[in-house]
Amino acid sequence: MSTIHVSTTINGAPTDFVCEHDETLLDVLRNRIGLTGSKEGCSSGDCGACSVTVNGRLVCSCLVLGAEAQDAEVHTIEGMADGPTLHPLQKAFIEHAALQCGFCTPGILVAAEALLKEKPEPTDEEVRYWLAGNLCRCTGYDKIVRAVQAAAAEMRGV
Amino acid sequence: MTTDTKRNFKVVGTRPNRPDGVDKVTGRAMYGADATAPGMLWGKVLRSPHPHAEIVSIDTSEAMKLPGVQAVVTGADFGDPESLFVSDVQEHCMAKDRVYYDGHAVAAVAATSASTAAKALKLIKIVYKPLPHVTDVDAAFAHGAPVIMHHRAFEILPPGTSANATNFCEFGHGDLHEGFAKADLIVERSFRTAATHQGYIEPNACLASYSSDGRADLWCCTQGHYHVRDLCAQIMGMEAAQLRVTASEIGGGFGGKTSIYVEPVALMLSKKSGRPVKMVMSREEVFRATGPTISSSMDVKIGMTKDGRMTAGQAVIRASGGAWPSGTMEMGAQAAFACYDMPAVKTIGWNVLTNRPKESAYRAPGAPTAIFGVESVIDEMSQKLGLDPLEVRILNAADAGTLSSYGPTFNQIGLKATLEAAKNHPHYKAPLGPNQARGLSCGFWFNFGGNTSVSLAVNTDGTVNITEGNPDIGGSRASIGMMAAEELGIPFADVRTIIGDTASIGHNDTTDGSRVTFAVGLATIRAARDAIQKMCHRAAQIWDIDPDAVEWEDGAAKPSGPNAGQFPPMTIKEIAANAFRTGGPIAGHHEVNADGAGVSFGVHIADVEVDPETAHTLIKRYTVFQDAGKAVHPSYVEGQMQGGAVQGIGWALNEEYIYGADGRLQNAGFLDYRIPVASDLPMIDAVILEIPNPGHPYGVRGVGETGIVPPLAAVANAVTRAVGTRMTDLPISPPKIMAAKAAAGK
Ligand code: FES
Ligand code: FES
Repeated sequence: MSTIHVSTTINGAPTDFVCEHDETLLDVLRNRIGLTGSKEGCSSGDCGACSVTVNGRLVCSCLVLGAEAQDAEVHTIEGMADGPTLHPLQKAFIEHAALQCGFCTPGILVAAEALLKEKPEPTDEEVRYWLAGNLCRCTGYDKIVRAVQAAAAEMRGV
Repeated sequence: MTTDTKRNFKVVGTRPNRPDGVDKVTGRAMYGADATAPGMLWGKVLRSPHPHAEIVSIDTSEAMKLPGVQAVVTGADFGDPESLFVSDVQEHCMAKDRVYYDGHAVAAVAATSASTAAKALKLIKIVYKPLPHVTDVDAAFAHGAPVIMHHRAFEILPPGTSANATNFCEFGHGDLHEGFAKADLIVERSFRTAATHQGYIEPNACLASYSSDGRADLWCCTQGHYHVRDLCAQIMGMEAAQLRVTASEIGGGFGGKTSIYVEPVALMLSKKSGRPVKMVMSREEVFRATGPTISSSMDVKIGMTKDGRMTAGQAVIRASGGAWPSGTMEMGAQAAFACYDMPAVKTIGWNVLTNRPKESAYRAPGAPTAIFGVESVIDEMSQKLGLDPLEVRILNAADAGTLSSYGPTFNQIGLKATLEAAKNHPHYKAPLGPNQARGLSCGFWFNFGGNTSVSLAVNTDGTVNITEGNPDIGGSRASIGMMAAEELGIPFADVRTIIGDTASIGHNDTTDGSRVTFAVGLATIRAARDAIQKMCHRAAQIWDIDPDAVEWEDGAAKPSGPNAGQFPPMTIKEIAANAFRTGGPIAGHHEVNADGAGVSFGVHIADVEVDPETAHTLIKRYTVFQDAGKAVHPSYVEGQMQGGAVQGIGWALNEEYIYGADGRLQNAGFLDYRIPVASDLPMIDAVILEIPNPGHPYGVRGVGETGIVPPLAAVANAVTRAVGTRMTDLPISPPKIMAAKAAAGK
């Protein structure tokens, strides 16, 4: 079995791992690094539960190979809070009851953070289209959209 | 039971942050696939490509030789459970001598890595002898259809019926003949509904560890770990005490995680290999081999006077719950006309076997499709008679004292109030744009109570731990903790609620039937009362007065009147601090088979816009009205209503199991089985009505399931009005709208 040695940075920490050549970044994060916050809902790029950023770009980690993380900056849900201080999005999701089972939540938070970096003042429609690749079966999205907007407002300082 | 509706609630009805929130927004919460164990192997399942076939032979020798493979199991490794129900569940988890659906498990491998296990599956050689198959409910019901299993009929079947027909039921009252004779208008229509999947985002997963001393531990995502324990113990031939099941955090279930799939397979692989085994289903496996709902076909006939009063109603439901007998159509037959005060009503349900996976519950199982047919016909009759469809429903609505269509007489129910709220809501009168129309529907669900154990420990600092046994699927830790805080008169922050494993407290029925906030809440309140009584005794002991002269108020014991003695209130903290000197630790507990769950009704209004060119349907506005009883944590009550509504919208518009002529599932993935996404939807307005349930001390009713019932007809009625022709076949996908319009010459 051919394995590859990869040097990368995950949530700011230099990290080395060995993976199979066809192993996804999601499997590496979950099974080799122990970062199980990124979830597998489909492994085909359809649910967004595995969302992370690689060099600032929002991706489905189930569609990225572990090997592609070489020399990259990977950010996952585990790196979202600043130590014990929750990110405004994380706080807003709890306060607005924007999670029921919570399984889609890590992916949605990572995706929403990427949205707010690009568009600090999105319309509801922009939030809905940006998150259209993140499936949530529990909430009907209503409270998710409201929580993203509440966090966006807080981050803008209004 | 007396319901304390006048009570001034302090905690119940507020919206505190849920106690598991931080873990769930930081990625720390542990779900089914997130656990590991030392020496763990990975298990994978080989599944049948045939919808129906005899297994002639299985050769696993090459797979066993692959380095890293530690165990292989097939149906031959399992015994024959005594109970027919358990035997069916087992056969669905692992085929014996036949496969009954595309995706049926035939063998499984445990290996040191997931990729090795996947390679090993390819080395297993199976010889099948394909058999004729049938996947359509009406085709399976027809005389001469391929027979899936013989001798499974629960009733004597009428001559000329397919041997695939298994379950039969009949409900109703009154004289149908007389009822229809009184009608000014009779409408009879047939409907079809596709099977849908619960679509939980977390695939089924487990970690099993079977020790050579005959004990085992199982970690899995499930709605009911006691049920998992009982089923797996029977399948493995173990005693219940030897198998401890721990429920992980659960990534959605909606009824779909009330049974077992890979759990007994993982246990058997662990037993054979002597090592812990983790199994995680792929999304494709989840679609092919878990869930789905029944598929159905039905005929509905209703008689109405010209002013809108129903005189008689009849429904015949033919459902299929896959390749094993299923009683789900019974709940559909009971629910079909439950919203209405019917002078004469009769509903009949049939189940028929098809080559599909074994159906699993999905939110109000049986009710959405049955009520879809009835509510569609009522809408059509309102149109034909020129009546307001909401007024017609108010005129016929069931009320306290109504003999329900399924037998019992209703007590305090909230349908009329819910309909009135819908009528008075601005949504109902809002103007509509071009190509837009409005539809509405009522919905009903029974709600369940069931067996529940709760234990409540008072810590030495006066804070409280609750151990309950129902996985928290959408915020129940919060609502249970809130009810305990309310009863004890202490802050919510002083209560911590955990979900115990099967070895830590007594039996708990599965998290289903919208039972948890009702039944676990009831048991928690009573456990708190048990602890309060003990604390009052301790105070009496310290004060040296009669325990009956002590009462509990605002988190403290106090003398019940001036005659009892002059003592300042003794708080829970003081009593707890003295516990070791007054008789030892203090705890309350309660075990109950709760009844009095209280039925639930909802009304939904849907505005749609149908694109005249593409026939794409967009939901423009949506409002849910539901009688929730006392809403313990209103945000999570709204969440249930919104989530249920959107699942129902998906059922109405997009979602369906599509089988090809070859009997194979054609859309086993989220790309082709399309659940609603954020950009498909508007905000979902949720209007909570609080009609107290007399069966609960705070008036709580189950709220989880009713919300999925009305959307099917609400959306179908709206689309029908928008395109001008009745839509009777779910999902109402654009090709069906195009075809219906063409057939109607529009
Ligand atoms: S797991 Fe990656 S998109 Fe679903
Ligand atoms: S909260 Fe359960 S899938 Fe989104």
